[in-house]
Amino acid sequence: MRSRWSYVYFLFYLLLSSVLLFLNNDLSKAVITLMNVITILVPLIGTIFGIMYYYNSKEFTELLLAQPIKRSSIFIGQYLGVALSLSMSLVVGLGIPFALYGLFQSNEIWDFVLLLVTGTFLTLIFTALAFNIALYNENKIKGFSYAILLWLFMAVIYDGLFLMSLIAFQSYPLDSFSIGATMFNPIDLSRILILLKLDISALLGYTGAVFQKFFGTGFGLIISISALTLWVLLPVMNIHRKSRKKDF
Amino acid sequence: MIEIKDVHKKFGKNQVLKGIDLDISEKGIFAILGPNGSGKTTLIKAVLGMVIPDSGKLTVGGIPIKKSWEYRDQIDYLPQIANFPPNLKVSEIIAMIKDLRNRPGDDKNLVELFGLKPFMSKKISNLSGGTKQKVNLVLTLMFDSPIIILDEPTSGLDPIAMLHLKELILEEKAKGKTILMTSHIMSFVEEMADEIVFLLEGKVYFKGDIETLKNQTNQVVFERAIAHLLTQENA
Repeated sequence: MRSRWSYVYFLFYLLLSSVLLFLNNDLSKAVITLMNVITILVPLIGTIFGIMYYYNSKEFTELLLAQPIKRSSIFIGQYLGVALSLSMSLVVGLGIPFALYGLFQSNEIWDFVLLLVTGTFLTLIFTALAFNIALYNENKIKGFSYAILLWLFMAVIYDGLFLMSLIAFQSYPLDSFSIGATMFNPIDLSRILILLKLDISALLGYTGAVFQKFFGTGFGLIISISALTLWVLLPVMNIHRKSRKKDF
Repeated sequence: MIEIKDVHKKFGKNQVLKGIDLDISEKGIFAILGPNGSGKTTLIKAVLGMVIPDSGKLTVGGIPIKKSWEYRDQIDYLPQIANFPPNLKVSEIIAMIKDLRNRPGDDKNLVELFGLKPFMSKKISNLSGGTKQKVNLVLTLMFDSPIIILDEPTSGLDPIAMLHLKELILEEKAKGKTILMTSHIMSFVEEMADEIVFLLEGKVYFKGDIETLKNQTNQVVFERAIAHLLTQENA
């Protein structure tokens, strides 16, 4: 089940990036389009696959629990199984067409690598969040809806709230607030990281300049990568903690 | 082998185990009986570490099981409801469990015994309830562990498979193993069990052999004796 769907996912990315490259005829434009797709779609797929896999393999998990295996290794193993196979599909599916198109001779290679890195981070983050939701909810329907809500919140609603708060407090200096608020949403963080790397921050106006000053430097890059790492580590640690205490 | 001391467990507001004390040190067949919802399965799952008790102490082979997992290598467990990944073939799941345990298992004889040969390459989702239970039994009994825990081993089995099961259990007993089982089929329990553990409302209500139980309740028939235990409590 899992392997079949990750092939479909892989083929999807293969097709998507080939079509984009063919239509755009330009690497950096294709990267921008892909960024839009990745920041929305990757979290959605990660969330849904994570939650589906957990509920689908519940019986199997119970079988494993009676065997001499450490509990945390069962759950962390399942998590890594899902998250890594999704990441593989993403990296290989996007990588092949770009490599064929002549990525390695172009200047955009680092933009593209950053795109893949953030895509992988997003997969790891949202699969981990989905596993957390599943561990706390016995009820499949409830778990599924919470997971979708989480994705909707991070991908759409958060931006709306962010924008509204910017408008409401526009008479105050908001530089550090907006940078801070970005850190709390992995989707925003990845999007801004890629946009700034692509040198199109001028589109973002004044805020873009502030962001450029922060994220454009090595320091900002390190901070945001560590924020993303933290976003992976905290949920994974919680999977570990919760799975030790759960009854089956 | 198995020591249970003052184990409590609550699911939400439902207090299932209210201080279970049980010491299973001898070898032989122990039957855990009790009405529906008396905590039989919860107790078994607590021994396996699948349910984590709120308080109390559990040791298997002298080792406290809290946060430990290696001890499960000494236990063969037959779950009540055979839930296997439905997309796997029978042969695949047997190979997988053998691989997990990292031990040679004697699956060939058991497959032969239960007549599972024609089902080996079928998917689990296509099997009938009784056949699933047979697969379940093969998975449990193919290893040679000192403790065997069987949760409703007879459910869904046809008479021939039932006979084989009885023989298998007696064989394992002869090897000097500790066998823990639950069942609602009283004739099966009477035939097989050396000792009865009767659970009622989350406590051990009676522990002893069948003769003692009959004498204590002044009943000649085992089934009646069990019924007597229940009505006594309600009166």
